[in-house]
Amino acid sequence: MIDLSIDITMRQGDFVLSVRDAASVEVLGVFGPSGSGKTSLLEAIAGIRHPDEGEIRVGDRVLYSSAKKIDLPARERRIGYVPQDALLFPNLDVTGNINYGKHAAGDFESLVKILDLQSLLDRRVKMLSGGEKQRVAIARALMTRPSILLLDEPLAGIDRERRDVILPYILRIRKELRVPLIYVTHDEAELNSIADRVLRLPR
Amino acid sequence: MSAETWVIARFTVLMALLATTLVLPPAIAIGWLLARKRFPGKALVETIASLPLVLPPVATGLLLLWLFGRRSPVGQALDAIGIEVIFTWKAVVLSMMVISFPLVARSVRAGIEQVDRRYEDLAATLGAGSFRILRTITLPLASRGIAAGAVLGFSRALGEFGATIMVAGAIPGRTRTLAVGIYTLVETGREDAAWSLLVVSALLAFGAIYVSNRLVGQKGGV
Repeated sequence: MIDLSIDITMRQGDFVLSVRDAASVEVLGVFGPSGSGKTSLLEAIAGIRHPDEGEIRVGDRVLYSSAKKIDLPARERRIGYVPQDALLFPNLDVTGNINYGKHAAGDFESLVKILDLQSLLDRRVKMLSGGEKQRVAIARALMTRPSILLLDEPLAGIDRERRDVILPYILRIRKELRVPLIYVTHDEAELNSIADRVLRLPR
Repeated sequence: MSAETWVIARFTVLMALLATTLVLPPAIAIGWLLARKRFPGKALVETIASLPLVLPPVATGLLLLWLFGRRSPVGQALDAIGIEVIFTWKAVVLSMMVISFPLVARSVRAGIEQVDRRYEDLAATLGAGSFRILRTITLPLASRGIAAGAVLGFSRALGEFGATIMVAGAIPGRTRTLAVGIYTLVETGREDAAWSLLVVSALLAFGAIYVSNRLVGQKGGV
């Protein structure tokens, strides 16, 4: 469980994303159609994108506050971020990717076990399937012991019949590591199976 | 190959290799700044960095001669610590570096601009600072552009003439490069010897272009 408070406004051309939510969550589902700003919201929490105004608080840490002029750089936020296309570093192998996190304070062995990565450790990133890439990206993010893990449509690039290969791992992270999650999707059925609270973004 | 041709060819290749090695760090720094940072005076830095590309090399040579001559503060400071540049092999390397710098920096910049910035953003969320991201993500992913820049810079250094003859002269066995050698040999009526230098120059240029095309033409990931 973590206290999460988001109250931000972001402008991108004509599009304005305005999000307001505060809750104590284990898994916050973010639901909305394409173009509703789901990824932008995650990037704002991770510190990659900068809101125009408002405040983002995770636990007792203020990550961003326009009023208090706080904007923690991404490297200091301790937010685990797994983008939709996983973005594994193509110049590193799987082990190199997992160990990239500066502090790499996480327990490598247990993460490899939970996410079932033993047979992939020496592989080049190019040789992985979509689901394998997602699992490696999740391990890489968790190695930094983040205060919260952001997952951007982790099932989007995976065939419907193969989705079972990733969802159980996410549920294991929730159960065994107790890392709070923000889970973005545009699939209502997915949300029902994982989220304990849902934030809906209008188009 | 005559002994004279061999000495000149070896000297030129060694100087060009040294110049390329020395020009890479500043070219990478400027290429990265121009590709990734916004700062006041960026257009000015961009212009100055490209200047040796458009200035006649002889004019660049004259500037270097003035800058490193005994009458300038830089020349005097170097003289005080016993470093002589003008009309030595150091002047050859210096001319090659200055003339090839824009080509290397441009190629590095293009290589870095092709790297998806999202990799860098993601590395930051994993706790990496700017220098670590540059060293572990940006430069390895831009390695082909950097290597192509190095080959291009090396090729340009091999053929450098105008600036070299101004600041280094054509002293046989000390500062005489292939390009300068061809010119001085023709001037002194030794065209046969000049032709053998031309053959060596052509072979080196052919090799460099071949390597450069291989680097640029390669497809696929890192």
